Amino acid sequence: MKYKIDPSEITPRQLYLSRRQFIGRASALTAGAFILAACKGNLPVVETGAPLSTSSSEPSPVGATTDELGDPLTSYQDVTNYNNYYEFSTNKQAVAKLAADFPTSPWSIEVSGLVNNPRTYTIEDLQNFEPEERICRLRCVEAWSMVIPWLGFPLRKILDEVEPASDATFVKFTAIYDTELLPSQNSTSLAWPYVEGLRLDEAMHDLTILATGLYGEALPNQNGAPVRLVVPWKYGFKSIKAIVKIELVDYMPDTLWTLAARDEYGFYANVNPDVDHPRWSQSAERRIGEVGRRNTLLFNGYEKEVASLYAGMDLEKNF
Amino acid sequence: MNLKIFLDRWFPLLVNIACLLPIPWLIFDAWRGNLSADPIRGAILRTGMIALELLVFSLACTPLNTIFGFKPALKVRRALGDYSFLYTSLHFAIFIALDYGFNLPLIGNELFLRPYALIGFIAGLLLIPLAVTSFPPWPVRLGKNWKRLHRMVYGISLLAGIHFILVVKQGVTEPYLWVILIVFLLVLRIPPIRRTLSGFFTRTAQS
Repeated sequence: MKYKIDPSEITPRQLYLSRRQFIGRASALTAGAFILAACKGNLPVVETGAPLSTSSSEPSPVGATTDELGDPLTSYQDVTNYNNYYEFSTNKQAVAKLAADFPTSPWSIEVSGLVNNPRTYTIEDLQNFEPEERICRLRCVEAWSMVIPWLGFPLRKILDEVEPASDATFVKFTAIYDTELLPSQNSTSLAWPYVEGLRLDEAMHDLTILATGLYGEALPNQNGAPVRLVVPWKYGFKSIKAIVKIELVDYMPDTLWTLAARDEYGFYANVNPDVDHPRWSQSAERRIGEVGRRNTLLFNGYEKEVASLYAGMDLEKNF
Repeated sequence: MNLKIFLDRWFPLLVNIACLLPIPWLIFDAWRGNLSADPIRGAILRTGMIALELLVFSLACTPLNTIFGFKPALKVRRALGDYSFLYTSLHFAIFIALDYGFNLPLIGNELFLRPYALIGFIAGLLLIPLAVTSFPPWPVRLGKNWKRLHRMVYGISLLAGIHFILVVKQGVTEPYLWVILIVFLLVLRIPPIRRTLSGFFTRTAQS
């Protein structure tokens, strides 16, 4: 699919802003109702005309307003201000500001290991792969989710160029390691740098993309600029940000989260409502912007596309 | 003495006001959209944090008096505990109503199968008798047992700290600092330690 905009498909900026405003007011009202039990207010009405002063930059319009299941996109404001990016902060709201000056150029990605044509791509080289718009659900292991319009291209396109050797079975991804730019990497509580991995067939799947943008613009730093992985049927932590190295290997790589807690964060990390995190349930999730919870879907709703990858596997054991 | 009048009359009032301020602050932030992209979680974290802080402040009152000789702390100890219960109730109400939308199967699943939720729930339940008996006529009616009953707060605050540890991901250190602070405040109550420190500080103050 080519990235094209039909004027009729442009998301009016007010639409997603007003949705956010509605949620904010609704929660304020409900919070107020707890305290002033006697208070009887009318439900706030969505205002569509009034612009808000809260947002910082203008997102570009995108080609659709919902994902393939009909669920609306999460607002640009929320996508870019609620980020799990421990290299900057464990506080999701603090990441955007802390990442603002992170230098993403020059940048190169080494693709090596068990391949016939090892190659180092600069971020400019990656622009030769035609970016597609991919509207994906992102389900965090913390039981919240978003719908994000990424710009990216299938990882397979790079793997095809470097030609995995016949003994390559897994792909290991490594993110930037720089204790001066990212002081939290001095801490030993996590085994920095961030490392993730996929089985080769998972990496070759069409849904697995390298994203270089979202909402029609360059990837914001807090979302993993200049290039990140997006594996929509797995928990968000698999979608490693700020990648500097992609290696083809013949073993299942140990990932940062697996090393941190082997019983909590498995290698596969497929979204699965029936396999709970040891400390909390994964059967439901908060869709950012909604009140209450919605049921979590097997493989995050991509069962039709990816279930065959795991035929005959015990998903409870291989969590 | 002016300072004495201030401490007697105004200190408890100021503490009461300070304990109530988070409520308009929370409403304002919810209205302005300052509670993150997930305002419900934001409100749960905020109310839980305030409940824990007030519980720890109430734990600090006794050592402030016994070791540093700051008597006015005793006047606000009970109020701090009661406000902690208020924010705990708010924390729980938002969890039930807004987070889970009264979805009882989901709530039951979370509350009884997840250690973090179960421990938080138990800590909250144990606070109920303390909150109820902190008002007249209970302190008089219970006599000696009142003090014994209210010692439960030592265990409750540790449960609250563990509840906090269990909800964060690896690499987040804040809850551990709170547990260390709680343990420290409990250790200050051990008689020999209390006596030694108390002697040390009163002597320094006099010299």
